[in-house]
Amino acid sequence: MKDQITHGLENSVTSTPSKISATQVNVHYGDAHAIKDVNVEIAPNTVTAFIGPSGCGKSTFLRCLNRMNDTIDICRVTGNILLDGEDIYDRKVDPVQLRAKVGMVFQKPNPFPKSIYDNIAYGPRIHGLFKTKADLDTIVENALRRAAIWDEVKDRLDAPGTGLSGGQQQRICIARAIATAPDVLLMDEPCSALDPIATAQVEELIDELRENYSVVIVTHSMQQAARVSQKTAFFHLGNLVEYDDTTKIFTNPRDPRTESYITGRIG
Amino acid sequence: MSNLAILLGIAIIATASYVLGRYKVAGTSQTLHSLPRYYGLFALICAVVPPIVLFLAWLGIAPFFTSGPISAQITPAMIPEGGSASLVMADIQRLANGVMQATRAGLIDFSALGDTTNLDVLGETLAAAGLIFGTKIDPAVFALTQDYIVRYEIGHDVMTLLLLGATILGALWGLYQIRPSFWARNAVERVLRLVLMLAAGLAILTTVGIVFSMLFETVNFLRLHAWQDFFFGLNWAPNFHGDSELAILPLLWGTLYISAVALAVAVPIGIFAAIYLSEYATKSLRSIAKPLLEVLAGIPTIVYGLFALVVFGPFLKDWFGDGGFLGVNWMSDARSVATAGIVMGIMLIPFVSSLSDDIINAVPQSLRDGSYGLGATQSETIKRVVLPAALPGIVGAILLAASRAIGETMIVVLGAGAIARFTANPLEALTTITTRIVSQLTGDGDFNSPETLVAFALGLSLFVITLGLNIIALMIVRKYREQYE
Repeated sequence: MKDQITHGLENSVTSTPSKISATQVNVHYGDAHAIKDVNVEIAPNTVTAFIGPSGCGKSTFLRCLNRMNDTIDICRVTGNILLDGEDIYDRKVDPVQLRAKVGMVFQKPNPFPKSIYDNIAYGPRIHGLFKTKADLDTIVENALRRAAIWDEVKDRLDAPGTGLSGGQQQRICIARAIATAPDVLLMDEPCSALDPIATAQVEELIDELRENYSVVIVTHSMQQAARVSQKTAFFHLGNLVEYDDTTKIFTNPRDPRTESYITGRIG
Repeated sequence: MSNLAILLGIAIIATASYVLGRYKVAGTSQTLHSLPRYYGLFALICAVVPPIVLFLAWLGIAPFFTSGPISAQITPAMIPEGGSASLVMADIQRLANGVMQATRAGLIDFSALGDTTNLDVLGETLAAAGLIFGTKIDPAVFALTQDYIVRYEIGHDVMTLLLLGATILGALWGLYQIRPSFWARNAVERVLRLVLMLAAGLAILTTVGIVFSMLFETVNFLRLHAWQDFFFGLNWAPNFHGDSELAILPLLWGTLYISAVALAVAVPIGIFAAIYLSEYATKSLRSIAKPLLEVLAGIPTIVYGLFALVVFGPFLKDWFGDGGFLGVNWMSDARSVATAGIVMGIMLIPFVSSLSDDIINAVPQSLRDGSYGLGATQSETIKRVVLPAALPGIVGAILLAASRAIGETMIVVLGAGAIARFTANPLEALTTITTRIVSQLTGDGDFNSPETLVAFALGLSLFVITLGLNIIALMIVRKYREQYE
């Protein structure tokens, strides 16, 4: 599988080194073997999509990338995952610090029951990213602008974040992740709880975020993967079946399982 | 016919109607709307409900026929000094019951008793059988008793006939209704719904009844005692020769002070325990620790009271009393605000922790994930996300605990002392509203004196305070439900 990865890289992103490099990753939930020998290189300033049928392990693998699986007692992760060349599972790495560098957006919008402002300021406050109140105001405003929701909420930053619509809530969550100044953004089916209009807004946003971040997105929708991503990884039963340029995966997949999935025969 | 026989008769008729109801539809070739047992049940309900309704109605009507006319005949001459007409009536009923039981037991023959019967002999016979207290029977009272017994027995006979008649008629009507197309299942369902409604209604009615009975006695109290003294007076000095000072304020002070001490103990410990159990403890530890903590809630409060009186109070006195470890003389008695308050706080810990634990657990995992995903530690997540989200619910739990603390009786009866005053020293004895209710009602005081009736006024005040707290708590809890969805 390593071969396909290296052979597949042919456009502009090939010249830069990988942002995240995962080798021989295995995940066990108790006795269940959820992820089997997965190798992935995630390029910077790229949107990488993980697709596959339910229960194939794509979300589990995503959660390995910021050690969110640590919060689950029975979960055991082996293998190497390097972020900018450093092993994130090294004993010296504090998972809490790591998660500040690798932000995450969840399937269901989960704004805190606080004001919009406090939601965005949450990460900066925890990590002490500002000196004055004016600094914090700037961080909040920039994050909201980057998440393309500033115009909608600028007059009601004191209103609770839970009072917004689903699409707005999800963009608040994205802004909240951006405000912590991460290098990588992980998105676990960010649009699955949203209507088509909100989905379109978030997808547009994801495309713009590529400018500053590496984005890894897990999605159920193959159309979405095709729309927003440059690279696509197809997972099946815990295996990474195929990883390549998105256009290649959707037009000329190498593996018959990939073809079956994207043409709707399995999954 | 004895009461047991009447019950038996109704049961037999009801069983028969069940069997007949099933039998009536069982043989038909038509499709039944319901299962056969519903037809049987319907007939059984038709047989049982009319006598129950009739009996309840009888309980309401009977006094107009039996005791009502009798008590109208009680003359002032029959009322002993210090008694009342209602006490004489109660005597008559007791005597009548004694005579009727003795008759049934064959000791005497009521129908043979005339006006000339030797009442002393009768009294001794009844007293020997343990049926009445005292042997002296007033002839005028006895005459009324005889009248009462006659009326009672006529009433009982009429009732017996009516009950059995209603049962039979109900069963027949029910059986007549039954045919294969009859919606027996739905009919039974309706009756069941009615029964459930009655149960709920009864609980509410009882509450209303309690409030009204307290309200009436409170009004009686305020007629005998100046309300200004009760609400605004500063002294609590009941005096059974009259001229009492009965002010609620010193008692309210004691109640609130002891409750505040209890909450100061229970709230931090309870909430920290809840945070540990819900956020840090492993599943297996939690499954053991939580039930253990809740065992504390199952201990009767009198046991806590004993603990306060026998163990904790003396312990405090060993430290703060004369010749104690600290060498200070701040505490003269083992009973004090601190004794009762701290023990009550221990009692409330499981109350606070169990409710808070449920509330913290109800905070969605997605909020915690969101916080962890931003690089927050566990304690930051708890402090900044989980607790704020759970706060309204926790406040509700605290208010519920507060209303329990205010209404708590046994611990303060045993641990707090009996001195009504305004003191801020937690090592001195104080008294509370509940303990004063106990002491005003237990004793030989005249029931119609302000010293006794003040208990109802105190009880009503307590009820209003705890009700207010509960309403606030429920409002907060309700608001909390809408918070993070």
